[in-house]
Amino acid sequence: MTSGGLPVPGNTARPPERRMESTNLADILERVLDKGIVIAGDIRVNLLDIELLTIKIRLLVASVDKAREMGIDWWEHDPSLSSGKRDLTEENRRLRRRIGELEAARNAELEAPREVRPKRRSAARNREDR
Amino acid sequence: MSLVWLYAVRGAAAAAPTRTGVDGEEPRLVVHGELAAVVGTVSEQGFDEQALAAAMDDLPRIERLARAHHGVIAEAAEAGPVAPLRLATVYRDDAAVARMLAERSSDLAAVLERVRGRREWGVKVYVDAKAEAPAAEPAAEDRPGTSYLLRRRAQRDRGVAAAERARRVADTLDAALAAVAQSAIRLKIQDARLSGRTQDMVLNATYLVDTAAEEDFRAVLAGIEGDGATVAVTGPWPPFSFAEAP
Repeated sequence: MTSGGLPVPGNTARPPERRMESTNLADILERVLDKGIVIAGDIRVNLLDIELLTIKIRLLVASVDKAREMGIDWWEHDPSLSSGKRDLTEENRRLRRRIGELEAARNAELEAPREVRPKRRSAARNREDR
Repeated sequence: MSLVWLYAVRGAAAAAPTRTGVDGEEPRLVVHGELAAVVGTVSEQGFDEQALAAAMDDLPRIERLARAHHGVIAEAAEAGPVAPLRLATVYRDDAAVARMLAERSSDLAAVLERVRGRREWGVKVYVDAKAEAPAAEPAAEDRPGTSYLLRRRAQRDRGVAAAERARRVADTLDAALAAVAQSAIRLKIQDARLSGRTQDMVLNATYLVDTAAEEDFRAVLAGIEGDGATVAVTGPWPPFSFAEAP
């Protein structure tokens, strides 16, 4: 690990906090995942996964250590934060259902008698909606 | 079967670090000309594409990898300039590593020159954004609606003022630190949800500092603390943030 941190003159009252800060996982991840020389090795790691992970870390933040201490591990169960385990089938189903609803609504609108909604008014409404 | 994990590239003269690597292995060197890659032999099943992809979703595993990766590089950095590699740079064998060193020798040598005699220091600054005394509430008891709107506006203005103040503090501190550093990079502000701090992080930055200028850097930090801000310093780090050409 890094050494205990830079002692700031006249501020020796808080070394333990500094020490903890220096080993903060988020600080390490910020560097080893986001910085450092990028060289494509023989083993291709999906950068998208790494990106998701860093997003996760940023959402979570200050420290994963701290989160664990507190017994918090919501990021491991939140589907929107878990790249590999996202349930695409469920997402597909949800999208299909939504498309179905939209189509039904549109058909109903097309079948509605024209006279009920004079052209000018409906154009004005569209403008307002925009 | 095994694979080769890369930690860093540096001059060929120094010995390999002794700290345990990402797979519990003992790091070694792959030398090519003036350069040496600090590498570790790791198991194929733990570090092939599939295993690494799975690791990216496994925080405890990522944590172990990150800490081991950083630890080996930090030790290597004690012996001279290093060019740290991003986590999860893996080759099939030493020959492939040597080929890479040959192909990239000039940029790698340039990185080593750039970071020679310098160390990276992270600085996070927290201030109490809500410290300003609340403005006197406008009294308008006879007109509750107006009173409410005035109160809301005052709240909003205070929020804007606090954000503005935080930005100003961050810019000033960053400029003061950058003036004594060789290079400076702003990192993203870390989310405060789990920090347990009541203060807001206004600056998360990292600086490449000449070892000869560390005294001055410390002096600037001491001044910041005097301004009522809380400063958290991390480091020295191997120059992760300054390894890629700017």
